[in-house]
Amino acid sequence: MTDRRRIALLLAPALLVLGGLFLTGLGLTLLRSLRYFPALGLTGPDLSAYAAILAAPGFLNSLALSLWIAFASTLIAAGLALGAALLLRQTFPGRALVSFLVQMNLTIPHIVGAIGILYLFSQSGSFARLAHAAGLISGPQGFPPLTQDPFAIGIILLYVWKELPFITLILLANLQTLGNDHEAVARSLGASRWQTFRHVLLPLLMPGLAAASALVFAFAFGAYEVPLVLGAYAPKALPVLAWQAWTDTDLATRPEAMAMAVVIALIGLALLALVARALGRGAPDAC
Amino acid sequence: MRADRLRLLAVLALALWMILPILPLAVWSFAYGWRFPDLLPQDWSLRAWSFALSGQSGILESFALTTLIALATTFLSALIGVPAGRALGLYRFRGKGLVTLLFLAPAVVPGIAITFGLHGIFLRLGLAGTVTGVILAHLVPVVPYMTLVMAAVFSRFDPDLEAQARSLGATPWQTFRAVTLPAILPGLLTAALFAFLVSWSQYLLTLAIGGGRVQTLPLLLFSFASAGRNDITGAVGLLYILPGLMVLILTARQVTGRGAALAGGLRP
Repeated sequence: MTDRRRIALLLAPALLVLGGLFLTGLGLTLLRSLRYFPALGLTGPDLSAYAAILAAPGFLNSLALSLWIAFASTLIAAGLALGAALLLRQTFPGRALVSFLVQMNLTIPHIVGAIGILYLFSQSGSFARLAHAAGLISGPQGFPPLTQDPFAIGIILLYVWKELPFITLILLANLQTLGNDHEAVARSLGASRWQTFRHVLLPLLMPGLAAASALVFAFAFGAYEVPLVLGAYAPKALPVLAWQAWTDTDLATRPEAMAMAVVIALIGLALLALVARALGRGAPDAC
Repeated sequence: MRADRLRLLAVLALALWMILPILPLAVWSFAYGWRFPDLLPQDWSLRAWSFALSGQSGILESFALTTLIALATTFLSALIGVPAGRALGLYRFRGKGLVTLLFLAPAVVPGIAITFGLHGIFLRLGLAGTVTGVILAHLVPVVPYMTLVMAAVFSRFDPDLEAQARSLGATPWQTFRAVTLPAILPGLLTAALFAFLVSWSQYLLTLAIGGGRVQTLPLLLFSFASAGRNDITGAVGLLYILPGLMVLILTARQVTGRGAALAGGLRP
């Protein structure tokens, strides 16, 4: 058997599954967003579903909200993760326990964390009770709405909690591969600690950090169950709005749901290009 | 000295933040009434736990179903992902970049982007609303994960060992059993444990493809939470994170080292 045939055989089942499920699912979503849906009497193709969602105010508000959630969560999580990775690289008493907690968080499904954040930060949650005990508020209404709020603070808190360990562990793996030599050379040449971090370590960590951040951004932008638990009634995060349009009893909104799914897919694909570039520049182990 | 104290503070804050959201779930699961503004429940009780662990609540049944789906998904993804990982890890070929990109895509493209289309296909195939359909749908995030991890495992494998076994008269099956499998087994086991967790954590795909007829634990968890049964939500939530903790304890040594990247697949 030649190598080419062997490679084709080895890859065939996986390509069949990904082609048959992922690409076909994506393709059918695209087709139906163009109002090609013979079973419903739609024979498109046309762009009227896209025109319809652009004309409705709900879509643009939801898109803006989801972009805000993704930007804010990624920025805060990446910044804190950089600090956490530099911290966990050092040796100190209790380091094993903290590392364990960071890894434990990674195994906890998002929906569990989302409910936990709700019980902590809602207006009758743990922090509101502490505020009441401290005499800061007289009732639940006195506590600022941090969950199911219009600024999606609860959602962002959940992602900061959940994605900080993810980015931290990727950075720690990168740091381990890099070793201490680069920094030692910079320090011996007279660079300060800050200069060493800024001009030596940070550029070396950048590909891994960028790839991890892109994955976090894509997830925070497109996840459904987190805004389902922690999101406000309006505006809704884009995936929740798309799901609502898809499950609407009025079947005419189906193409609009598909169009929203395509917008979400396009943002995911743009991020995939970013990840591919970041990985191409090094850090093949980043994810 | 000041830097040391600052570091200690940062470490404590990080550790506390990591476990903080789990604490109210744990307290709620033993609470018997816990109204605002009480800092602790009025009374403690095992009511939520005895309900969760009793036969009638359907929670144990759901636990078993979630386990079955995750086991089947893991097994199938290993059958599919080990050969593909071998191709990606051992060979250079034309179009390899494109194939790798295809395996990365499901990790980056949000599930909701493919769910609606996938449901259309499964409806036509009679797979919508079935456990089989849910297992097949879970393969979308799990197979790429398995493949990429196995590619990393195979990139450290020396195929000359197989050639030597064959030249000594071993059949292909004997070669696989005695040479290849032992070499890739540690990596495969770790990959399988995390693949199990990826399936175990799925919410949207199960909801959409199962159409409410396949009630895995996260779906049940959400319905108890939205019904305001915080005590039962706490108990189910703790039951739901149990396998993850077990996987972590089983792999703790590997995860801190080279395997940190393995954890990457867990996010979806």
